[in-house]
Amino acid sequence: MAKFNLKVNGESRQVDVDPSTPVLWVLREHLNLTGTKYGCGVASCGACTIHLEGMPVRSCQLPVSTVKQQEITTIEGLSASGDHPVQEAWIEHDVAQCGYCQAGQIMSAAALLKNNPNPSEEDIEAFMTGNICRCGTYLRIKQAIVAASQK
Amino acid sequence: MDNNYNRRSFIKVTALSGGGMLLGFNWFVNRTQRQMNAAGTPADSDWTEFNGYISISSDNVIRIMAPNPEFGQNVKTSLPMIVAEELDADWGTVEVEQASFDTSLYVRQFAGGSQSVRTTWKPLRNAGASARYLLRQAAANAWNVPFEEVSTNSGKLIHEKSGKSASYGEFATAAASLTVPKDVPLKSPADFRIIRQSQKNVDGHKIVTGKPMFGMDYTEPGMLIAMIEHPPAFGLKLKSWDGSRARRMPGIKDVFTISLFPEGYERESFDTRTFNELVVVVGNTTWEVMNARKKLQVEWEPVKEKKETVNAFGNKREETIPAGLESSERHLEIMQEMAGKPARQLRKDGDPEKAFAEAARILERTYTAPFLAHNTMEPMNCFARVTDTEALFVAPLQAPEFAERSLSKRLGIPVDKIDIRMTRMGGGFGRRAYGHYLIEAALISQKIKSAVKLVYSREDDMTYGIYRPAYTATYRAALDANNNLTAFHVKGGGFPEHPVAANRFPAGAVDNYLAEGWEMPSNITIGAFRAPRSNFIACAEQSFLDELAELMGKDPIDLRLELLQRAKDRPIGTSNDYDADRYAGVLKLVREKSGWGNSTANGLHRGVAAYFCHNSYAAHVIDMRMRDGQPYVEQVFSAVDCGIVVNPDAASNMVEGAVVDGIGNALYGELRIRDGAPQQRNFNTYKMIRMHEVPKKVEAHFVRNDIDPTGLGEPPFPPVFGAVANALYKTTGKRFYKQPFSAGFETEQGGK
Repeated sequence: MAKFNLKVNGESRQVDVDPSTPVLWVLREHLNLTGTKYGCGVASCGACTIHLEGMPVRSCQLPVSTVKQQEITTIEGLSASGDHPVQEAWIEHDVAQCGYCQAGQIMSAAALLKNNPNPSEEDIEAFMTGNICRCGTYLRIKQAIVAASQK
Repeated sequence: MDNNYNRRSFIKVTALSGGGMLLGFNWFVNRTQRQMNAAGTPADSDWTEFNGYISISSDNVIRIMAPNPEFGQNVKTSLPMIVAEELDADWGTVEVEQASFDTSLYVRQFAGGSQSVRTTWKPLRNAGASARYLLRQAAANAWNVPFEEVSTNSGKLIHEKSGKSASYGEFATAAASLTVPKDVPLKSPADFRIIRQSQKNVDGHKIVTGKPMFGMDYTEPGMLIAMIEHPPAFGLKLKSWDGSRARRMPGIKDVFTISLFPEGYERESFDTRTFNELVVVVGNTTWEVMNARKKLQVEWEPVKEKKETVNAFGNKREETIPAGLESSERHLEIMQEMAGKPARQLRKDGDPEKAFAEAARILERTYTAPFLAHNTMEPMNCFARVTDTEALFVAPLQAPEFAERSLSKRLGIPVDKIDIRMTRMGGGFGRRAYGHYLIEAALISQKIKSAVKLVYSREDDMTYGIYRPAYTATYRAALDANNNLTAFHVKGGGFPEHPVAANRFPAGAVDNYLAEGWEMPSNITIGAFRAPRSNFIACAEQSFLDELAELMGKDPIDLRLELLQRAKDRPIGTSNDYDADRYAGVLKLVREKSGWGNSTANGLHRGVAAYFCHNSYAAHVIDMRMRDGQPYVEQVFSAVDCGIVVNPDAASNMVEGAVVDGIGNALYGELRIRDGAPQQRNFNTYKMIRMHEVPKKVEAHFVRNDIDPTGLGEPPFPPVFGAVANALYKTTGKRFYKQPFSAGFETEQGGK
C-alpha cells in the first residue's frame, strides 16, 4: 500500500492503495466516483474512458502509480451540471438504451471534439471504434457527436 | 389485476430523502430534466398514495412508479407514460421511481419476452384512470357540482361553468379517501396526448452525468467484495483447492467454496447449475480480490453423467447432463449427421412424403449457427445482505419473481423476508433472467456474515455459459412441374434444444407440410437470448425463402405475400400462430418505404426478410455494398407492427439497436468451444460490432393501428439476420449458410 495524491475533477484527493491498482478501481471504490464503468478490464470496450490531462485513456489499464500530478477528469467532472455540449446532445438525441457504456462514449466523444472540433464521419468512426455499445446505439452516438460539434 | 386492485388509500408523510432506509431513497428516484432545473424536490411535503403506481404531493408533484425492471428497453419511461396518460397528468411535472419487487402491488415484474408493455398496458391504464376518477369526484364534492361537469387538463381539475379550477395536489388527500368504482372508462386512443408523443428517457440526465444507478455502482459502508472461480471448461468440476496463498494476499478476508444447489434439487425454469461448486474469494476491494484469485491453487476433474429433475412451472421432466468435454467442431459434425435422419415430428399437414416423391424440383439447404454469449456491458453482479432469517438483494435482474422463489427454497427463508431491489441493468438480453448470481451472493453473505457485493469479471461472465444454443435447420421445398410450391419441410436441431416453431409461417400456407425437431444433450448451459429460437430460425427460414423465390423466378416479397394470401384465404390447419394480414402489412410497408424494385444507386445490393415472433411483426430491407474488400451494410429500412407505439422515438431507438445487434451477431457473433472451454473470454477475442461497422442510416417505420401494444424488444431482431444473409448473396454472389457469416468472407480472401 502507498499513499497517492491525485488531482481528480479539479480537487486534490488522497488514496492509500496498492501501486498497481488501476485508476478505474481507485475512482470506483476509493473515491466513490462510479460513473466510470468496468466493462472488460483489458482496454477493449472503452466503458472506463477518462481524461488524463485532457487526453482520453482507458482507466482499467492505468496503474495509479503512473498518474503523478496529471489531471484526471471523469464523467462526474466533465461539466458542472451535465451541460457539456456532448452531454446535452446525448439527451437531445435520447441516445441511451441501457446506458452502461455511455459515460465512456461521452468521455471519448468530448476528447474527440476537443482536439478535432469539426470531425468528419470517418474521423468519428475511427475515434469511437474503441467504445462498444452492446445495445447498438451507435447511430445516435454519431448523430449526437455531429450535433455537439456544431455548437 | 383489474379495477379491483389492492387499493391502499392512506396518507403517507414521507421525507423524500427517506432517512433510515437501508437504501437511500433518492437512489431510485428520477425527475425529468425540466424539474431538475426548476424548484427541485418538494421535501417534507405530504404525499398521498393512490395505489401502487401513483403518489401525489400536496404541492402537486406526481410520482409514478415504474413497475418493471429496466434494461434498456425504456420501460422506466414508457410504463409511467401509460399511467400519466389516463391520469391526464402533466408529463413535465411527473417524477418516476423504480418500484421494488412487490407482488402484492404490481402485476408481472419481469423484463423479457417483449412483455412489459403488453402485460401492464391495461393495469397501468386502469391505475391512472381510477386515480383521475377519484380526483374528479373529490373536486365535485368540494365544489358541490355534478361529477360529469368536472373535467381535467394536464394535471388540473376544472369546472368550466363556475370557472373553478385546482391542481391535482390540492385534492389528492380528499380523493384518496373515496372508493374506486368498478369500471372506470379508459381513453380512446384518438384522445392520447402523452402516448404516441416522443418523451425523453427519464434517466437521461443521470446517465450522461454518471450518477450511480447500476448494480455495479451500489455500495454500503463495510460492504465486502466477492468473486468466484468457476471451472475453466464445461464438463469439469472442482476436485481440490488450496486458498492459503490467496488468503495471505492484502485485503483478503476469506477463501471458501459454495454449492449452488444440493443433490436432488428440482431446478425451476430459470434455475441453472452450470458449475455447482465454486471457489469464492472475499476481500475489501475488487482489485485486491482479482489479484488474490491469481494465487488460488485449484484442481479440476471431469464430471460424471447425471440426471436432473427440472420443474418447469409444475411440469416435471428428467434431463440428462452428459459427461465429457464438448467442442463446437464436433457439434457441427453431429448436426451434419442429424440432417440426414428423421427427427421428432412436431406438425404434419397433408402428405409431404408423397409430394416430395412426386416433385419436379426439390430445394434443400442446411443452416447452422454457433453459441452466442449475451455479453451485457455490465457483468453479472449482486449485492446481498443475508442472515439466517432474512435477506436483502440489490441487483440488476430481469426476473425477480423466479429468483425470489429459488432463493426462498435454497435459503429456507420465506419470501416475505426476502427483499429484492431492482437496479437499472447494464443490458440483459435474457442473460439476467437467470438468477444464479443472486444465490451465489446470498450463500457468500451468509457464510461470511457480512454485506457483500459479488462481482463477475468480464472473463467470468463470458465463460459461465447461459449461451444462446448452437442450432441447425434443414429446409426442403418441393415444386411441381408447373412451378407450384407443393410441400415444405423444416427439421431443426440443437444443443441442447431445437429452434423450430412448428405453427409459424409458412405453416398454414402450404398443403403438405412437415416440421421436425431433435435435441442433443449437452453440459454447456444455455438460456434465453433476445428472441430465443427465433433469432436463429428466422435467418434460416428467410434465407431459404429467398433462395426458393429465386428458383421459382419470383420476387422475394411477392412470394411471401402470395403465401400469406393463401394462408389467409385457405389456411391449412387451425393452430397457425400468426395473423397473415399483419404479416403482409409489414412487408408492404417496407416495400413502399425502401422503394423496393427500383434500382438502387452506387453499387448497393438489397436483401429482404420478415418475421413474426413475440406477438409482433417486423420486416427489413438491407442495402449492402463492398467496402475495402468486405461486405458492409450501408442502410436499412425497417417496418414494424407492434400495435400502438407508446413512445415513438424510443421505439425507433429500439429498432435501430435491434438492427445493429442483428448485423453484429450475424456477421461476427460466436462463442466457440474446444475441449469444453470457451475460446472467447473477453472483448479482445469475442468480436462485437463497433462504430465503423454500423449502417449510415436505419429508418424505422411503424404500422399505424389501434391494436393494444404487442411488444417490441425482440421482434425486430430475428429478421435482421435473414436480411443480412440475403443481401450478402446479392453483394457477393454467394449464399451464406453458416454463422457467423464473416468467417466466410475471410475464407474467400484466402484466410486470415
